[in-house]
Amino acid sequence: MTQETETIIIGGGLIGAFTAYFLAREGHPVTVLEKGFVGAQSSGANFGNLRLQGRDPRQYPLSLRAQAIWEAFETIAGESFEYDRTGHLYIARNEKELAKLEHHAEIARQHGLDIEMLATAALTQRFPYLATDTLAATFCGRDATANPRLATPVVMRAALRLGARIVEHCEALSTVYTGSRFEVETAQGRFMSKTLVNAAGAWGGAIAAHFGEPVPVFSAGPPQFVTEPFPHVIRPSMQMVNGSVIFRQIPRGNVIVAGYPRTASEADGNRTFVPPGKTLAGMEALGAIVPLLRDAHVIRVWSGVEGYLPDMRPVIGPSRTQDGLFHAFACCGHGFQIAPGIGAVLGELIRTGQTNTPIDAYDIARFRDQVPDSEKFIQEFDNRAIIPAAR
Amino acid sequence: MRQILIIGAGPAGMSAAMALAEAGIRPIVIDENTLAGGQGFRQTNPDIDLDADAIYGREYGRYRDLHSRFRSCLDKIDHRSSTLVWAIHDRKAHTFNDKGFSEIAFDGLILAPGATDRLMPLPGWTLPGVFSLGAAQVALKDQGCFIGRRIVFAGSSPLLLLAALQYHKLGARQLCVLDTTPLHHKLRAAPGLLNSGRTFLQGLSYLWALKKRGVPIHNGVELREIEGQDRVTAIRFCDASGTEHRLTCDAVALGYGLRAETQLAELAGADFRFDHRLRQWLPRVDENGRAGDCLYIAGDGAATGGAYAAIASGTLAATALLGELGMSQAGKNGAHLQTQVGKLRRFQHHLATAFRWPHETAQTLPGHTIVCRCENVTADDIRTAATQAFGPVELNRMKAITRCGMGRCQGRFCSAALAEITAAACGKPIDAVGRLRAQAPVKPVPISTTETALR
Ligand SMILES: Cc1cc2nc3c(=O)[nH]c(=O)nc-3n(C[C@H](O)[C@H](O)[C@H](O)COP(=O)(O)OP(=O)(O)OC[C@H]3O[C@@H](n4cnc5c(N)ncnc54)[C@H](O)[C@@H]3O)c2cc1C
Ligand SMILES: Cc1cc2nc3c(=O)[nH]c(=O)nc-3n(C[C@H](O)[C@H](O)[C@H](O)COP(=O)(O)OP(=O)(O)OC[C@H]3O[C@@H](n4cnc5c(N)ncnc54)[C@H](O)[C@@H]3O)c2cc1C
Repeated sequence: MTQETETIIIGGGLIGAFTAYFLAREGHPVTVLEKGFVGAQSSGANFGNLRLQGRDPRQYPLSLRAQAIWEAFETIAGESFEYDRTGHLYIARNEKELAKLEHHAEIARQHGLDIEMLATAALTQRFPYLATDTLAATFCGRDATANPRLATPVVMRAALRLGARIVEHCEALSTVYTGSRFEVETAQGRFMSKTLVNAAGAWGGAIAAHFGEPVPVFSAGPPQFVTEPFPHVIRPSMQMVNGSVIFRQIPRGNVIVAGYPRTASEADGNRTFVPPGKTLAGMEALGAIVPLLRDAHVIRVWSGVEGYLPDMRPVIGPSRTQDGLFHAFACCGHGFQIAPGIGAVLGELIRTGQTNTPIDAYDIARFRDQVPDSEKFIQEFDNRAIIPAAR
Repeated sequence: MRQILIIGAGPAGMSAAMALAEAGIRPIVIDENTLAGGQGFRQTNPDIDLDADAIYGREYGRYRDLHSRFRSCLDKIDHRSSTLVWAIHDRKAHTFNDKGFSEIAFDGLILAPGATDRLMPLPGWTLPGVFSLGAAQVALKDQGCFIGRRIVFAGSSPLLLLAALQYHKLGARQLCVLDTTPLHHKLRAAPGLLNSGRTFLQGLSYLWALKKRGVPIHNGVELREIEGQDRVTAIRFCDASGTEHRLTCDAVALGYGLRAETQLAELAGADFRFDHRLRQWLPRVDENGRAGDCLYIAGDGAATGGAYAAIASGTLAATALLGELGMSQAGKNGAHLQTQVGKLRRFQHHLATAFRWPHETAQTLPGHTIVCRCENVTADDIRTAATQAFGPVELNRMKAITRCGMGRCQGRFCSAALAEITAAACGKPIDAVGRLRAQAPVKPVPISTTETALR
């Protein structure tokens, strides 16, 4: 089989999968190289939230575009990944948090979202299992969830049917641009293409650095755990504004729980351990907001290896040092929701050189200067020392 | 003073604790059970007048001796019973008991978490009335009751014979043993087994005693199905000549040898290797049981060896750990213990021939057979997933896609069968499909330690 193609995508996570899908759909020859199994890293380990509320204001066009694709994709693929329009509830416990909610709600409304503001009485009437010491919450019915374990393989199969080539257990060991094409060395031989996509997730920094545009990416993951199953009563996904706990109950009955602060991955970058103290803190926060869950048992903890940047924004768009190279990596904990949007945008950029979806905020060139830590970063990590010094 | 922590108060953990106590070190020993003893030397419930002598038979002397020695050392051992270790992280053990969550920092760690039954599913195995062999023994020793009136001990394990004999001695009369390993395998293993004369003779004595008591024993059977609507009413099997039988019963105890409990070892940082003879992944240990810096694994949690190997390997691990911590000269009788443990574990390799894990059964298991009883995943669910594009060909991926092993027990009961079915469906060797990664909690823990949550 020829190893030469139009576009090579390094990374078979959800970003690589949607990019391959949107290229293949237009008849563009594309090969995905995945070092392990498709969708087994961040894309397969995440919480599964497809939340529109509370996003970075600059991200709404991309985010809304992504949500529309999520809403249609099970029909397109003819397979389920348990997409569920559950709605999402943001819960405030004090005035300061309420102010933040109102601010988020205002921005979301500007982008056409229907946001309900619920005061305590309305909140506990509608969700009687919630603790009564909440102050208020916002609800967005278009927020949704999907099963991350299933999503990437489903999208990859859709791409495969359209003619994409996907090679598992094929790590891109080195990549060079020869002046006319990219050459990617792997244990399965050399792959060649005109265009290259860096969709290597937490590992994308090495490829960017190789082409002379280093970014201060680091690997980490939030602590997550799941309870034993019990009858399905909690319908929307829910989140405390302070990030102490984010949870949803899946139809099978298990409650899936995440929270901050996040933890740095192991030095080899291949696994993130969950410190038991963080699990206990999450359990306490969960029991406080949904007292009936105090009797439930936790059956497993896990995390994942996600790429973060100190401004908590991904890198998306063309390389500023190498023609034909495109980046889409380090999604800073929210790449599951925007993955279809990123795939659609990259598809357009690669085929036509332009897109109507604004992605300037994600330009890799921003790291030529020192990028300050965002407020979100400071709130969601307990250890600044995990950011690499290299700039 | 440096802190040594032992997890598990079975024969291995008890003997490690006693060796440390003798050396003047006060170890902490944690066990989730209320009484010391573990599986093999589980103490009969002191609130019930049970004939321990009858249950333990020839082992009674050893059993009594281990427990009385341990009791006499209790002032030199910090024994924390009814306490679960649910996580190990950063050289701390995280515990849970009726007072809540707590943590214990350690300088040296000896893991002695034992083993549980290895199970091969068959249609009907999730019916009420079907127990693991271990649970059948716990019912007897701890609750003083039988699991039924007409009981079939099925699978392949010397413990089938032992458990049947214990039941008979305490008065159960309608018993039958169905062993899936053909007689000729047992004869083939005999020369190897003879090397460890005493244990072998002990096994033969169970066989002889059961025969004398008129308990039928069938070798080389093929188990077909456990029948019943709301609970077990019969078991169907083919005998060695191929004739099908239907045996009325109200309880079945299932067991195919043992499966080491290895989650704690993984959380503590041990490496793993695939043992082809026992056909399971085991922590990599040296001849003293050392698995890492000041980390030791003793007893069945390192490799199946039985109670005597557990006792010897516990002492060995304690002695080696003291040496590593610079708290004593390297063990005086270390070489002797190493030989003893090695010999007993090799005996298990021959036992694995005499009492085979019937792994090829996984290929022919009827599609509707439930493999994961927590999540109701069937053999065909697994096979179908494996044949899809980007379908799972590795156990953690198989779990992610099918939910097999994702329930309360986290694969502790189904992973052996899951591995066999996955390997067969993918046409891969068993050691190429990997093993389920362990994560905390080792067993489920409640969200909150308020009164109600603690029941
Ligand atoms: C625990 C957790 C919870 C999260 N919760 C949410 C959430 O609720 N909502 C949300 O929107 N986002 C969430 N995220 C973030 C989201 O999962 C990620 O942003 C998203 O999956 C990123 O997709 P990706 O394809 O870039 O990365 P990945 O899925 O990591 O894919 C990158 C792939 O590249 C491969 N690769 C790397 N280097 C090479 C190489 N040299 N050669 C070949 N292949 C290579 C890797 O093996 C990997 O499969 C969460 C993340 C984590 C860890
Ligand atoms: C079900 C069963 C029945 C058996 N019956 C016999 C028999 O009758 N006769 C015989 O000679 N051999 C029997 N065996 C073999 C037996 O395994 C050995 O004889 C011997 O008990 C092994 O000793 P050990 O110390 O390695 O493990 P065990 O005796 O199994 O002891 C391990 C101990 O560790 C504790 N533990 C494990 N994990 C944790 C944790 N996370 N937190 C706290 N505590 C923990 C357990 O509660 C247990 O008490 C049986 C084995 C099993 C599994």
